[in-house]
Amino acid sequence: MGLHDNGTDGPVAGTGAGADGDDEELAALALKILVAGGFGVGKTTLVGSVSEIRPLRTEEALSRAGELVDDTEGVDQKTTTTVAMDFGRITIRSGLSLYLFGTPGQDRFWFMWDELSQGALGAVVLADTRRLEDCFPAVDYFEHRRIPFVVAVNCFTEARHHGAHEVSRALDLDQGTPVVLCDARDRDSGKEVLIRLVEYAGRVHTARLLESVEPQAGPV
Amino acid sequence: MEGQWYDAEAGPLVRPYAMTGGRTKPGPHGVRFDLIALVVVDPDGGEGAVGAAGSPLGPEHRALLGLCRSETQSVAELAAEADLPVGVVRVLLGDLLEAGHVKVSRPVPPAQLPDERILREVIEGLRAL
Ligand SMILES: Nc1nc2c(ncn2[C@@H]2O[C@H](COP(=O)(O)OP(=O)(O)O)[C@@H](O)[C@H]2O)c(=O)[nH]1
Ligand SMILES: [Mg+2]
Repeated sequence: MGLHDNGTDGPVAGTGAGADGDDEELAALALKILVAGGFGVGKTTLVGSVSEIRPLRTEEALSRAGELVDDTEGVDQKTTTTVAMDFGRITIRSGLSLYLFGTPGQDRFWFMWDELSQGALGAVVLADTRRLEDCFPAVDYFEHRRIPFVVAVNCFTEARHHGAHEVSRALDLDQGTPVVLCDARDRDSGKEVLIRLVEYAGRVHTARLLESVEPQAGPV
Repeated sequence: MEGQWYDAEAGPLVRPYAMTGGRTKPGPHGVRFDLIALVVVDPDGGEGAVGAAGSPLGPEHRALLGLCRSETQSVAELAAEADLPVGVVRVLLGDLLEAGHVKVSRPVPPAQLPDERILREVIEGLRAL
């Protein structure tokens, strides 16, 4: 899953094979971006400030055991609860939209990320320098799954100012992972975060394509 | 934007699958629609029955169809607008798909994701917003 190009999921569409018959192509293209981070860090605020639709919340039904209910045969409905995700949309042009999903912050909802992150273009990890450790799990999560992400430091006025380098070091980020300072309440600031993410995701993707084209053989 | 938008607080207990007749999975096709799969109304689709049992369209089916009619919608948007859990929407969409009322785009295969040209378009589009 994720953005791996290792082909373990079998042949990817578009390679000929001709089995695409029922897949009538719709011109519309939707790209998914996740917004993660600890509770109160500004996820809902960020999604709301860049989205063109009012912040929507969409709900998933979960069993108490923490499984998505539609994966569970005959689940006891009494043990079902719902969890909300922030959700926003940015239309780039007719037929090309970005969708933003604020990932549920509490640990017991982590499993939902697996679904959300499938096919995601990338993620924004929001951080608050007063509680930097709150974003460790999100950083770990995206690093492990090789999902491109940027860390956006939400600059709360009360917080002491930290440089991007400092944050990068404190989080022990891989080299190249962008750290952006932002104000989640500000639309332009939020847009800039998204731009940095899309640029970075493009670079990561290109690098992986090259990796997969060039065999492991040494340099010429 | 008060506390009501705080995420991650589990809501009250619900019985969300009553309106799907207890079904928690989409129909025989077994499709599990991605959250950003796009749903369009099939112009040739009538107002006919759905499901193997040929049951008529329920109010939730109609609500979803109405939403798609005004604009192409993602599964997530439909769930939010119809105020239904995503799992329920998936089941209902499965019905509508099977009965030929809607078409659902597959999500972009991750490996084909970001086409460079598209990403450039996205970046320029964001700048221009
Ligand atoms: N001062 C300041 N407050 C913010 C900022 N971003 C969010 N907030 C406030 O912090 C609180 C939590 O934000 P919210 O977006 O709900 O956090 P979430 O739990 O990550 O969704 C809200 O009261 C916001 O208004 C910011 O950049 N500066
Ligand atoms: Mg929130």
